Amino acid sequence: MHNFEFIRPEDPAAAITTAAQAKTAQQGAEVRFMGGGTTLIDLMKLNVETPARVLDINRLPLDKIEPMPDGGLKIGATVRNSDLAYHSSVQHDYSVLSQAVLSGASAQIRNMATVAGNLLQRTRCMYFRDTAMPCNKREPGSGCPAITGSNRTLAILGTSDHCIATNPSDMCVAMAALEATIHVQGQKGSGAISFGDFHLLPGSTPHRETVLEPGDLITHVTLPPPTKESKHVYLKLRDRASYEFALASAAVVLTIASGNITRARIAFGGVGTKPWRSHEAEAVLAGRPAIDANFRKAAEAALRGAKPQSENGFKIELARRCLTHALRTALTS
Amino acid sequence: MPKKDLSPELPNSNRREFLVSASSTVAAGVIAAYAPANAGVWAADESTAVRTDGLAIEGMVPIALRINGKDHQLRLDPRTTLLDCLRETVALTGTRKGCDHGQCGACTVHVNGRRVLSCLNLALLHDGNEITTIEGLGTPEALHPVQAAFLEHDAYQCGYCTSGQIMSAVALLKEPCGPDDAAVKELMSGNICRCGAYANIIAAVQQARKGA
Repeated sequence: MHNFEFIRPEDPAAAITTAAQAKTAQQGAEVRFMGGGTTLIDLMKLNVETPARVLDINRLPLDKIEPMPDGGLKIGATVRNSDLAYHSSVQHDYSVLSQAVLSGASAQIRNMATVAGNLLQRTRCMYFRDTAMPCNKREPGSGCPAITGSNRTLAILGTSDHCIATNPSDMCVAMAALEATIHVQGQKGSGAISFGDFHLLPGSTPHRETVLEPGDLITHVTLPPPTKESKHVYLKLRDRASYEFALASAAVVLTIASGNITRARIAFGGVGTKPWRSHEAEAVLAGRPAIDANFRKAAEAALRGAKPQSENGFKIELARRCLTHALRTALTS
Repeated sequence: MPKKDLSPELPNSNRREFLVSASSTVAAGVIAAYAPANAGVWAADESTAVRTDGLAIEGMVPIALRINGKDHQLRLDPRTTLLDCLRETVALTGTRKGCDHGQCGACTVHVNGRRVLSCLNLALLHDGNEITTIEGLGTPEALHPVQAAFLEHDAYQCGYCTSGQIMSAVALLKEPCGPDDAAVKELMSGNICRCGAYANIIAAVQQARKGA
């Protein structure tokens, strides 16, 4: 691991001022905020991340879950995954989020990993993690060996000629379906970012993964008021039953009245280069009877733009069945 | 033809001494040049507040940890993981280094009562925190109920993952967990056992839960 200066900022303003001195907040940032460290320390050991300064944000007052005046929920940036998943409001009103978080990692890691860290979780693409290999995300312009190489676990949606790395988060998939908002404080003040606008498609700049600029500190995430009578399901399919990343996962928030779907929010994990909200599937379901035939049509629509690589074509059908099954489960839950 | 003894020609009585002194020299060299975090090993004593300032090396950061009920004032290289701090600086080697990348669970310890992976943790993140390792659970004369259950159910083979398994299981006793084996398997999935002693591990954990 490269050496670094360890700094514990007094308050968010001090953290922001120090972090703003970096040239980038993206891959290779000279200054990094550290929460649980579960991604960052791993990547620092691999020399994929080599920050000169590490800012410990764990003692900043960003660790609360609080109800909002509008009936929504405010979740602090350093709330641990386990505290989020077991929080009574989350379990009761946003069950898809609780299910998604509990499907990820292990109990130990969930006790460490933070909400903001999970928003910024890095891909598990083996070429990204191996500094002996080229990788456009880690080293812009060096190439993408995954496209002609080992890509079984990589993305089929949102890919480009430069990068096919999968976003590995489960929490983000649920937050995409819940239409969360990410709140950021920076040198120019604070701002709110819709979940769908936060992560960027790789395009020709896969090293830019989010809209964050140097000094931007995620302070909290808000969830809109819960949708009454909605059914929540997170279904995760993977190579082993636990402690494994998704090959395909689906987050479903469904409202059904008299057998008709009045509202559907759908997002996928394990198949996209970012947490993958499917407006296509939602459009198919809205206003239609909650029956199997429509579930399959929604799944067809969701995967219509999928582009398989040499080893991961199976993911198209896997993701279709994942969504169909999640919708069936929601119907009967 | 008789087998040729390839060991260096040393008087038997001195061989062990030589090896000890040679390894000390090497270790001391390593400490000075590369691993200042190790300095504490040589200064550790049995008093309740151990002060191990280590060598005067630039960039060392002071930190206070309470480990198994004992206060430690340490100076660490910022890169030192909690795992390396426990094993190398404080010389508590019961916590195991398996993968060192958060994939096996062998390094599980408790921080302020919650189980975490010490390999994916910088020690400096835990200034002032209370750390519990396998050495802080029970004694050979008075085992923790989970330790006793592992013994009774033969819940190990090689034993390398065992301290992590036990630390996980002890934390699990206080976590939301359904009554059946499937729930235990899910919440113990972060602890890999290469020998495959899982059936006995589950049995041990379930027995400990009944007594808890």
